[in-house]
Amino acid sequence: MLGGIYSLLSASFFIDLDAVDVAFTEASVGAGISTLLMLASLKLVNRYERKTRYKPLLALGVITITGALLIYGTLDMPHFGDPNAPAQQHVVPRYLNESMAEIGVPNVVTSVLASYRGYDTLGETLVIFTAGLGVMSLLLVSSRTKKESKNLVPADMRQQIILRVVAKMMIPLILIFALYVQFHGDYGPGGGFQAGVIFAAGVILYTMLFGLGVSQRAFHPEVIILLTAFGVLMYAGVGVACMLLGGNFLDYNVLRHDPIHGQHLGILLVELGVGITVAAVMITIFYKFTWRTVKHKYHQ
Amino acid sequence: MTAHLPVLQVIVPLLAAPLCLFLRIPRLVSIFAILVSFAAFLISCGLLSQVLNHGTLIYEMGGWAAPWGIEYRIDLLNGYLLLLITGVSTVVLVAAQSSISRELPENRHTFFYTAYLLCLTGLLGILATGDAFNLFVFLEISALSSYTLIALGNDRRALTASYQYLIMGTIGATFIIIGVGLMYMMTGTLNMHDLAQRLPEIYKSKTVLSAFGFFIVGVCLKLALFPLHLWLPNAYAFAPSIATAFLAATSTKVAVYVLIRYIFSIFGIEFVTTSIPLSEIFLGLGLAGIFAASINAIYQLNIKRLFAYSSVAQIGYMILGLAIGTQLGLTATLLHMFNHALMKGALFLAIGAVVYRISSSQLNHLAGLGKKMPWTMAAIVTGGLSLIGVPLTVGFVSKWYLVVALLDKGWWPVAVLVLLSSLLAVVYVWRLVEWIYFTPPRIILDEVEEAPLSQLIPIWLLVLANLYFGVDTRLTVGVSKLAAQSLFGVTP
Amino acid sequence: MNILGLYNYWIVIILILIGFFIVIAHENLIKKLVGLTIFQTAVFFFYISVGKIKGATAPILDDRWQLYSNPLAHCLILTAIVVGISTTALGLALVVRIQEAYGSIEEDEIQTQDTQDQLECQLEAYGPRKQFLTKRI
Repeated sequence: MLGGIYSLLSASFFIDLDAVDVAFTEASVGAGISTLLMLASLKLVNRYERKTRYKPLLALGVITITGALLIYGTLDMPHFGDPNAPAQQHVVPRYLNESMAEIGVPNVVTSVLASYRGYDTLGETLVIFTAGLGVMSLLLVSSRTKKESKNLVPADMRQQIILRVVAKMMIPLILIFALYVQFHGDYGPGGGFQAGVIFAAGVILYTMLFGLGVSQRAFHPEVIILLTAFGVLMYAGVGVACMLLGGNFLDYNVLRHDPIHGQHLGILLVELGVGITVAAVMITIFYKFTWRTVKHKYHQ
Repeated sequence: MTAHLPVLQVIVPLLAAPLCLFLRIPRLVSIFAILVSFAAFLISCGLLSQVLNHGTLIYEMGGWAAPWGIEYRIDLLNGYLLLLITGVSTVVLVAAQSSISRELPENRHTFFYTAYLLCLTGLLGILATGDAFNLFVFLEISALSSYTLIALGNDRRALTASYQYLIMGTIGATFIIIGVGLMYMMTGTLNMHDLAQRLPEIYKSKTVLSAFGFFIVGVCLKLALFPLHLWLPNAYAFAPSIATAFLAATSTKVAVYVLIRYIFSIFGIEFVTTSIPLSEIFLGLGLAGIFAASINAIYQLNIKRLFAYSSVAQIGYMILGLAIGTQLGLTATLLHMFNHALMKGALFLAIGAVVYRISSSQLNHLAGLGKKMPWTMAAIVTGGLSLIGVPLTVGFVSKWYLVVALLDKGWWPVAVLVLLSSLLAVVYVWRLVEWIYFTPPRIILDEVEEAPLSQLIPIWLLVLANLYFGVDTRLTVGVSKLAAQSLFGVTP
Repeated sequence: MNILGLYNYWIVIILILIGFFIVIAHENLIKKLVGLTIFQTAVFFFYISVGKIKGATAPILDDRWQLYSNPLAHCLILTAIVVGISTTALGLALVVRIQEAYGSIEEDEIQTQDTQDQLECQLEAYGPRKQFLTKRI
């Protein structure tokens, strides 16, 4: 819980520093998904620490050295908020001044993310995919547990009529909002990653209230697992298509006759790929953790 | 298509990894993985020959010129390592099929191969990239997939090993991004080549010094330099044998590459030698690592752990080569990276074959196997001889160059120590030989036969490579020398 | 003034150190992961602070504004956040499996169990030799 509050605070801090996209992500990831995962795994392990114990001496030594090195490093830094700092000078002006003409997307973060440094984002999608794969292979469940979980509706949730009704109204809105964030990332803050997380959050809320079985009829786990791979393939596929059309890898200019249109199409497609992978991975991870809980219940 | 080779090198395994999930049938996936890895190997051959003929290759992602976009920059150093990594990976994969089907339950096979290809992608991405932040992203891909590979091991200690590696690896990676952040702050660029040009103006800056400190510590965590090596022995000991063979042969080499890249291509050797006593630190840590790890290796009861400790010691030799700080020293390091990959690949694959037959990697269970699995055991012994540095093996070549470099620098006491440390290797290898050939069997070995051909062929391929490159050193020494020269800015 | 111009970075450094301390000092595996998260977020703060320009606005191009904060830093951190959550998810999955395998997520208890495992291995390693010797005699 405290972790969630910490994340919300960080999000507001990011907004204060003009990083709306980052704030958006931190709010959805930190406050949403990672808190959820923490709670899910706390449910699986002992809730209480036996007693707090530290090995403080070594740790203190290490952090003193690290801290000293960091503070020493700050001494020659340009001041906070200084517009003439080298970080604002060398590479960035081109993004700010030319991206409208070169890419035609007002949200500069999106154009840097998806086009100038699109390859980083492909790597990032692959990282998410790797994590999903790791969780899948670690928390592998037998098909028996899967069957048992089908009919399980959380008992305490059945009584929460108000919660269920409100959620029924909320969930479609959440999913639509996710799609809005997905396709509006060019103009406002947002994009594939945030949209994927929000979409996943909608599905997770649904699962929590109506049970795993119902949710899995709508979002079949096997299909979701394939979707995790599909998103990555889609992103890289766009890159390969660019190569086949005569450009460099991920050079969207060649996708259409007009470079700007090509960029638009390319960004749209790769953001969609990111969104699909992220949503699918988040849902898979959540399913896996829930199955684990179910398994524990049955075996105890 | 040849113009696209640099990116294809990474993209081919990158695309293949998610495709594995669609194939679903483990047998198909394993064949597919071999093909992909072999394709990557062919591409790297093409790349190296292009680099040798035309010099450094540059590939701009998305058609954006660096420093605005991300570029791939292939020179001799990483071309040479790309060849090594894809080659070893292919050979290891050939042996994987039978070994994995014995060690892992069927429903995890697809995951294993997918994680393996992801790890390969990550390592190749680190090698090929010319962008400091992109390097971090691919570092994380390779790291997350290696945690997965390790955690797939059967023993429960594989889980804790993987967890420990995760914590250490993430701290290392975070240190590296702190370093990148500090440098970005001072220069406004993330491109390595660009950084190298903009850094000399601000060499005196405290921020740059601190950035360098964070880099070094972060990378040293990743490459398991003594005393930051604690995660490595368990990780190697409890991972599936194939994963150990792959990781031991490749991932530490890539970390050493990152270190070399940062020291020589970004910060420049002058900055490094004048600003901090890095040479002395590396000398001390390298030597301490060699001795501490070799002595530890002598006491191990599990052969995987034994060779894991020996890996830590071998990293010590590589660091020692860097500590010398001369062209000869760097050549020795590069040579040893290549040679050590061959040795450890062969050794861990052979151990994989042992585990395949007797389901154990305890030293005492090896007793009597000399008669039952003569070819596998001969491979282990040859690999061991190579670790010691016996003439006609690759180990000799790298030790020779290291000692020559040390003498050239005038550090003869260190050279003596290096030779002494070889004696420690003699001790642990002799211990192996004693168990294998001169001790009566401890467990019932009636049913045990020689390893299957699908494992023997890759093992002996690597062993023969060990012997071949121990005699014919034209390729390895030649390329290492050229790469070292270009890193020192001398035109050949 | 020199010191005032850097205050933001110093706050970030304190956060980094808190996170790092938790990672090293705590024995509980989940707490270590929490520490790791704080450590990483603190580094994100640092990047975003680097990108901030006084009086500037979010980098979404619009005619009304002239000065924008640094989009590159934001983009890098988006990537880094994703990497962070991936690591955390994988770490938590590992912790869950460790709990199942050991019945504990305290580092020292796990270590005790591991040492026992190793001792058994050693006993097994040297045990048969004695048997063997006695047989021969």
